[in-house]
Amino acid sequence: MEDDAPVIYGLEFQARALTAQTAETDAVRFLVGTQSLKFDNQIHIIDFDDENNIINKNVLLHQAGEIWHIGASPADKAVLTTCYNKTSDSRVISCAAVWRMPSDWETGSHESPDDSAHNPQTLELLCHLDDSTHGNAACVLWEPMGDGKRVISLADNHALLWDLQESSTQATVSSTATLEGKGQLKFTSGKWSPHHNCSQLATANDTAIRGWDLRTMSQIYCIENAHGQLVRDLDFNPNRQYYLASCGDDCKVKFWDVRNAQEPVKTLEEHSHWVWSVRYNHSHDQLVLTASSDSRLILSNMVSISSEPFGHLVDDEELSEGEENHQEDK
Amino acid sequence: MDEGSVPVPEDAGRRRRVHGMLKLYYGLNEEGKAPEQPESLDPCDINGPHFDPEHYLNKLRRECSLTELMDQETCMVRQIRSLDSDMQTLVYENYNKFISATDTIRKMKNDFKKMEDEMDCLSANMAAITEFSARISGTLQDQHAQITKLSGVHTLLRKLQFLFELPARLNKCLELQAYAQAVNTHRRARCVLQQYSHLPSFKGIQDDCHAIMDKLAQELRQKFRDGGSSAKDLSECVELLLQLDEPAEELCDKFLSHARSRLESDLQGLEAEIRPSTSAVKDASAHGSSSTAAAGSPTDSSPKTSSLASPASNTDILEFIDRGCNEFVSSLCLVITSYQELFINHAQTGELASKNIPQMANGKLHAFVDDLASRYFMLVERRIQEEKGVGDNSLLVRALDRFHRRLQAVAKLLPGSAVPNKGTEIVIQAATERVKQYLSALQSFYMDSLTDVRQALATPRLSVAGASVAGPASGRDAPTSLPELLSSLSASILNQIKSVLASVHLFTAKDITFSNKPYFKGEFCSQGVRESLVVSFIKFVCQSSRQFCESAGDKGGSTPPALLLLLSRLCLDYETSTISYILTLTDEQFLVQHHSPVTPVTTLCAEAREAAQKLLNHYVKVQGLIISQMLRKSVETRDWVNTIEPRNVRAVMKRVVEDTTSIDVQVGLLYEEGVRKAHSSDSSKRTFSVYSSSRQQARYAASYTPSAPMDTNLLSNIHKLFSERIDIFSSVEFNKVSVMTGIIKISLKTFLECVRLRTFGRYGLQQIQVDCHYLQMYLWRFVSDENLVHFLLDEIVGSAAHRCLDPAPMEQSVIEVICERG
Repeated sequence: MEDDAPVIYGLEFQARALTAQTAETDAVRFLVGTQSLKFDNQIHIIDFDDENNIINKNVLLHQAGEIWHIGASPADKAVLTTCYNKTSDSRVISCAAVWRMPSDWETGSHESPDDSAHNPQTLELLCHLDDSTHGNAACVLWEPMGDGKRVISLADNHALLWDLQESSTQATVSSTATLEGKGQLKFTSGKWSPHHNCSQLATANDTAIRGWDLRTMSQIYCIENAHGQLVRDLDFNPNRQYYLASCGDDCKVKFWDVRNAQEPVKTLEEHSHWVWSVRYNHSHDQLVLTASSDSRLILSNMVSISSEPFGHLVDDEELSEGEENHQEDK
Repeated sequence: MDEGSVPVPEDAGRRRRVHGMLKLYYGLNEEGKAPEQPESLDPCDINGPHFDPEHYLNKLRRECSLTELMDQETCMVRQIRSLDSDMQTLVYENYNKFISATDTIRKMKNDFKKMEDEMDCLSANMAAITEFSARISGTLQDQHAQITKLSGVHTLLRKLQFLFELPARLNKCLELQAYAQAVNTHRRARCVLQQYSHLPSFKGIQDDCHAIMDKLAQELRQKFRDGGSSAKDLSECVELLLQLDEPAEELCDKFLSHARSRLESDLQGLEAEIRPSTSAVKDASAHGSSSTAAAGSPTDSSPKTSSLASPASNTDILEFIDRGCNEFVSSLCLVITSYQELFINHAQTGELASKNIPQMANGKLHAFVDDLASRYFMLVERRIQEEKGVGDNSLLVRALDRFHRRLQAVAKLLPGSAVPNKGTEIVIQAATERVKQYLSALQSFYMDSLTDVRQALATPRLSVAGASVAGPASGRDAPTSLPELLSSLSASILNQIKSVLASVHLFTAKDITFSNKPYFKGEFCSQGVRESLVVSFIKFVCQSSRQFCESAGDKGGSTPPALLLLLSRLCLDYETSTISYILTLTDEQFLVQHHSPVTPVTTLCAEAREAAQKLLNHYVKVQGLIISQMLRKSVETRDWVNTIEPRNVRAVMKRVVEDTTSIDVQVGLLYEEGVRKAHSSDSSKRTFSVYSSSRQQARYAASYTPSAPMDTNLLSNIHKLFSERIDIFSSVEFNKVSVMTGIIKISLKTFLECVRLRTFGRYGLQQIQVDCHYLQMYLWRFVSDENLVHFLLDEIVGSAAHRCLDPAPMEQSVIEVICERG
């Protein structure tokens, strides 16, 4: 990676939503959703060709509104979900929907790469994940490693488990969980645990992190005051079932063992402003990437709390601590 | 010239002169020395030996006038005359002496003749006496031999009589309890009886004597065992028994066990004094939380603290030690002396020395003393451990001193014993324990004063909250007490340290016996006082300050920000002066000679500075977060799309400015102003409306052609990311401007991030414009670089415009009017 020149891809609009397409096993592919109030928003499909060190892009139109969250189906690489803001009658509503990419986006892009930007194809709406009684959607989570039939949407203080039927064209709420408490509680973020047969969900609201059992839709643990300020994002360690990383407005990244929620296992204070997102590397869980509004991305090597604490392949030193442009924030 | 031996009744001076002149005349110098050369060689010198009359006369005749010659002549004649008369006198004197000597010799001749006659007579008499005496002794020879024989028989008979009477006499002595006499008598007879025991009659006597002496020994032992008798009686007993050939070892054991019983009763008395107090202390510790709080200050009035020092024990430690010394130690000394007198010194002189008794006895004594002393020490240790209160240290020191001093007596009596060393160890242990107690007292005092400060801060705070509604001026008078609080806090801590040092200093006072032990001269001062008391306390202060940052980090508001600020200043003051002052004071008071490595001042200063920095950073963070929270709530809870046209600045912005002002005042009380960049003349008037609107237009124009890859807008954004990046939660410097810059940076960055998450309507954007202009008007004056405020506010308005559905910015003039209206 040090040998290659950095690959930069520019978007026309600001963007906050980015996801890796996990169903695509052949290529390194990311989906980016843009935010623009004036113009039609876009989904950028970015393929990174690591042999030639180049980027291939395709653009699809997302005309429903500006995208705040994006999720790719783990089973069908053409299916994705977005959470978007819709402005109508001088009101802003947050909605969530399941989309299918047009089947020929790939071929079209290769034939005339210049045209595709000018005449992008439009996403095909499969179904809305809306339930007007449950408020504004914050994010949609696919069942990890599932068959692409179950999603969870977080809307205000509700967590809704949806079953997608008839090739995802129909969605029905199979169960709900509601966060009770004083004041206006609102989920800010969540993560579906890949462990325990995918029966657990972790959510963040304000400064607390909560765990839910999806079979009973009841709370199983709660880390009050996990962060001094708002918790912005969570991620599960892909290899250690009880380990969880969280980040927030107190500039810290914390690692938790949910069996003992009193104290974090480890705390990092590398960032100098809010940390917006945190992700484990899926195969090497000692690598943790964090993004912050201090305009920094930090890749940390946390060997001591990884699934292979004594390490075998990765260098000891922190792999990189660079300043990069992060599309999710800018 | 022999005339000196004859006494001449003449004036000594004159005689000398005459004498000298004669000598000169006869050419002799005194004591036969040769006359001095320069005079003697001159032939014209009339007194010299080489005088040549011819030469002299010629010279005179040649050189002198007639009158002078005449004068010379008369003078010379006069001198000759006087010399002649002197010579005559001398000759006469000598003649006289010679005549008297002749007379004396004649007289002696007569006397010697008479003496010779008398000597002859004497020798004749002596011869007669010798003859008589020889005759007498010849006649008396026979009778003398007879008398000698008779007197020999007489003595033998008397001895025999003594032997025959012995049993009766012994019995009588026994009856009269004159044991010493009995033993004496028996001893005299013992050898004889032993020697002639093959004769039946003597054998009988010996048996009788044995029986009686056995009985006597029995009685003595009984008396010895009874123990009621005084030490003197006892020692007499032992002495007698020793003379009776009792086994010394057994006696030693008996003596010691007897002494032990008495000493143990002393020890039990001491123990009884401790016992009730231990149980009582437990009771006291149950309700002792108040007492520890009060005991934290050794400067309290003495009656109060002394009552607290040992809440329930009947006696204070000095009394206890006194009692221990007077009863136990002194009787121990007494036992040692009498024991040594009996078994060691006495035995060494007597015939018992050969039997290795002194060594054996000494060994026993050592074991005995060690055993009892260790029990005594255990009691003393227990008692010392009860001295929990740090009230009056002098009492403890005096007690320890007495304890130690009295043990020196034992050391003198029993050289080579481990007892004094053990005692010194106890003293050392007590001292270190004491130092630890003082450290914890200092720590609790520090925490208490922090609680006081916290309360003091909480009280005026209410008035600030109440007063700030009334007007901005009131924000100024309420927190005036901050510097006072700081100075009183630091002064009281310093006083406390000083008083503790003074108390600890008692341990090394000159008149205390143990103060000249090497431990108290070296290690106690450097390791004990300097390191584990003073340095530990300073470290504790730094550490507890740091804990304020850490524990409060998650909750946010558990520590009042003013306290953080105050502590930060305190740590900074420590760094600059107080630490070195305290350490110098300690080093001076204790004359610390650093044998072992000690913590250098610089390390402590670095630690204090680090703590100060951390506290100040945390203060900035906390204050920034409080303002951030207000801003965030105000942005998140409002419906920015459907808001009405702005007519005035939102109340929350006024609140932000007010809070910032009061923070500014608060920080200004403790920290210096600091440097800031020069202001431009129209700082408050700067505008961003033009900037933002024009830039936004450019941006939108670019976005119409999304195909343009890597447009200039993006490049400039990337450039901005790297060049103008602001570290939001970064370290601040120790001055007001830097602190304020930090707080404002955090607040505005929050504002920016929140704005970016919202969608605005036209009036929403305009409201943001108004708010930002208002903030610009007031906030620039607090920061070091007003461009920073300007830049951030610019970003906010720009982001709001970008997030606006209908971006129609407000006229700058209208904004200014609204803002000036307030």
